[in-house]
Formats: sequence, C-alpha cells, structure tokens
Amino acid sequence: MSYKFHQFQVVGRGLPTESDEHPKIYRMKLWATNEVRAKSKFWYFLRKLKKVKKSNGQMLAINEIFEKNPTTIKNYGIWLRYQSRTGYHNMYKEYRDTTLNGGIEQMYTEMASRHRVRHHCIQVIKTATIPAKLCKRESTKQFHNSKIKFPLVFKKVRPPTRKLKTTYKASRPNLFV
Amino acid sequence: MPFKRYVEVGRIALVNYGKDYGKLVVIVDVIDQNRALVDAPDMVRGQMNFKRLTLTDIKIDIKRVPNKKTLVAALEAADVKNKWESSSWGRKLIVQKKRASLNDFDRFKIMLAKIKKAGVVRQELAKLKKETTA
Repeated sequence: MSYKFHQFQVVGRGLPTESDEHPKIYRMKLWATNEVRAKSKFWYFLRKLKKVKKSNGQMLAINEIFEKNPTTIKNYGIWLRYQSRTGYHNMYKEYRDTTLNGGIEQMYTEMASRHRVRHHCIQVIKTATIPAKLCKRESTKQFHNSKIKFPLVFKKVRPPTRKLKTTYKASRPNLFV
Repeated sequence: MPFKRYVEVGRIALVNYGKDYGKLVVIVDVIDQNRALVDAPDMVRGQMNFKRLTLTDIKIDIKRVPNKKTLVAALEAADVKNKWESSSWGRKLIVQKKRASLNDFDRFKIMLAKIKKAGVVRQELAKLKKETTA
C-alpha cells in the first residue's frame, strides 16, 4: 500500500551566535509527501512559534517514521486546524485504519470532499491512537464489534485486469451477490 | 432473497483483482465499511478492499485477529483446501487454469479425444434411433 503522505521527524535549531552559543533544538513530527516538503513545513511552523527562519537556522536531522504495527487495526483521532472560506476552525476526526499514514491520508481526502479544504490549508495539531472505549464518533464505534457480520449488498462485476476492460458487453451484469 | 454469504471473521474469500489474484484469503477483521484485514498462509496480513474480494460459502471458526500459527491450524482443521477444490466453483477454476496452460501437443491430444468421444456418442444415438424406428 503506497501512501501519498509520509510522516517525518524533523529536527532543527537556529544558528549559534555570539550571544547564544547553544540555541535550543526543536523537533517536529509532520506529514508531507517528500523530505523537501517536510523541511519546508518545519520552517513554516517554527517561524510561527519562535523567532527563527530558514536563513538563520540549520536542519539537524530528518528521518521518516514508519508504522510499527501495520498489521493491526487502530482507531486514530486527529485534531486539526483548517482554513475555510470564512476563517480558521478546529476539528477532531476519527478514522479506523492499520497505519497512521493511512488515517492521515483518509483525513486529507475527507476534508477535501466534505469541506472543500485543500491540503495546504490543513494543519495537523495532534494525532493519537484511541482505545475503543474512548472513541467519540458513531461511524468508528459501529465497527467495534467482535462478532461483526454484514452482507455485501451490491456486487460490481469487474474484469480482473485493466487490459480485459471493454466498452461494450454482450449481456447485462448480475449485481446480486 | 435473503443473503447467505456474510462478511465476518473467518469467512474465506477469493481475490478477484490485483496482485494476489486467484488466492483464497481469510477475513481476519473488518477495518471499516469498505476494507477488511485479510490473511493467508503465504502472505503478510494486510488490508484489502471488499471490491477486490468475492465471498465464498466456506467459513472457518477463528477468533478476531488470530496469530499466524492459529490461523494455519484452523485452516488445516477445517480442511479448506479440499473443500474448495471439490466444490463446483473450485473445480471450474482448476479446469480453467489447466486449459490456459496447455501446449500445442496437449491441444492435439484433446482434439483426438473429443473426436473419439463424439464418435462413441453418435454410435449410441444411431443404435437408439434404430430401436425406436424398428
């Protein structure tokens, strides 16, 4: 499963000067499509928090963070701040996924579809893995059932490879499971 | 028409699209409305969209998210492989695979066998015709 958004840990600080020999080192975890964008995002956020820019700062480390257990299902809670047409708002969303990158990607696509918010207008404040008891949204809580059982109601007939796709078919498909 | 095949923990499904096309996998857990966590003895446990799966009639008895050993043991205990290969769906898939892997000599042999079979059928039909007219 290839994800568009990767999680990076970016570490940087302001350049040492005569007055400040050992400036404080800051570390951020953020999501970006590649390393270059991650470094840029790091300076964007750091500029808003401290009096330091890319021109008088240095990048110390950037590492990609990979999912520890991509084979278990987790409930992710994501706190975000986004810019709508009329102002900034905070939001809390929940997603069920195997990896945090998958949950973040779901968040970006859902924000784009439900609220028409493009990804550069979204800032992820915090993410957390939520245990099942503390989930707030009904749409994630409905899958917290160890004896879950439902039928697949609508079966779409699909050729097994894109090559076998044809515009016209001889007969109408049977959509019942 | 009520539904007979449900998405549930332990349902065997056939992959009908993508890299694992043709494999039998077990639904080990449900992620959300469109995706399930699937597992098979020869693949890493991963997520799969229901659009890529066709449910079968076979269901094994496992708890939610078993570890690999328990899963393989449960598959052996339920004898999924034999049940699948003796079902009409499974047999049809085997025949399809065989037909796709024939070489020219095999096709020649099949042609001769078909002609022979048609000849025997026609002889029997001629006998029955003679009996009814006589």
